[in-house]
Amino acid sequence: MLSRFANPARFVRVSAALLPWCAGVSIALILLGLYLALIASPPDYQQGEAVRIMYVHVPSAWMALNVYLFVAAASAVALVWRHPLAEVAARAAAPIGACFTFVCLTTGSLWGRPMWGTWWVWDARLTSVLVLFFLYLGYIALVNGFDDPARGSRAGSLLAVVGVVNLPIIKFSVDWWNTLHQPASVLRLGKPTIALSMLAPLLVMASGFTVLFVTLLLIRMRTDLKQRRIRALQLDRLTPAPAPPHTESGLPARPVAAREGI
Amino acid sequence: MNSVDGFLAMGGYGAFVWPAYGLAVLVLGGLAAYSWRRYRASVAMVDRLRQQSGRSR
Repeated sequence: MLSRFANPARFVRVSAALLPWCAGVSIALILLGLYLALIASPPDYQQGEAVRIMYVHVPSAWMALNVYLFVAAASAVALVWRHPLAEVAARAAAPIGACFTFVCLTTGSLWGRPMWGTWWVWDARLTSVLVLFFLYLGYIALVNGFDDPARGSRAGSLLAVVGVVNLPIIKFSVDWWNTLHQPASVLRLGKPTIALSMLAPLLVMASGFTVLFVTLLLIRMRTDLKQRRIRALQLDRLTPAPAPPHTESGLPARPVAAREGI
Repeated sequence: MNSVDGFLAMGGYGAFVWPAYGLAVLVLGGLAAYSWRRYRASVAMVDRLRQQSGRSR
């Protein structure tokens, strides 16, 4: 029993220490990334200044995929081992991933209009990323859509795990099918086919987004744990018991609060 | 002045580049602001409930 809620307690302690650093580093990296992307990097010889959209579009696309992988992995851990923090992590990460996917889709559209002459095409890459967006929304809807949170989590976790098949489809869609979307130029076998002056803002922005994800994940996980505490306390008030024993934290040591793990 | 105008024009692509960056800032900044406010509200709510349950005993 102790080991079961030792982990969330340790998480609360460690995350409190990490949060200000993560927030600071992500803001610094994103500001540096914006400077490199908008001012320091050169215009493309074919696309001109429109290439600057890439420095938001591509990192958010990477985040869309990686965050989904995180949600699916955490969901698998929640399903198999029932680790209480895994479920909290998956729940907290999904809306962040959905936002990155939304940014990826809309900036892609704004880039496609001047370069391809269209806002949208129903080709493999664009459609599979749209499916990813709906997978995120489906997961969020399922997780919040049940009266019994445990059932919602199970249903959502299952969807997240099954949805993983979409990830290789997105990654290789540009190689498997004819598409307007260009193939990968950074994450490919051999050397990246992109100049250093353009690779630098891309990588700085991507690391800024990654630390931003960690920051938001920690904030949202802590919020989720607080919400569980609120439910436990409210339940406590509804079912008053005579003189409960107190823990050193001053909180009543009730089974409900203990099971919630905080 | 000219260089600022040129920067904002983005070689004729300003109408696409700036909305892309603006949207990203709006969506990610909005999520960050929302997440932080919800966190602060949850912390305050827990404190209030703990005080209330402390007083009732």
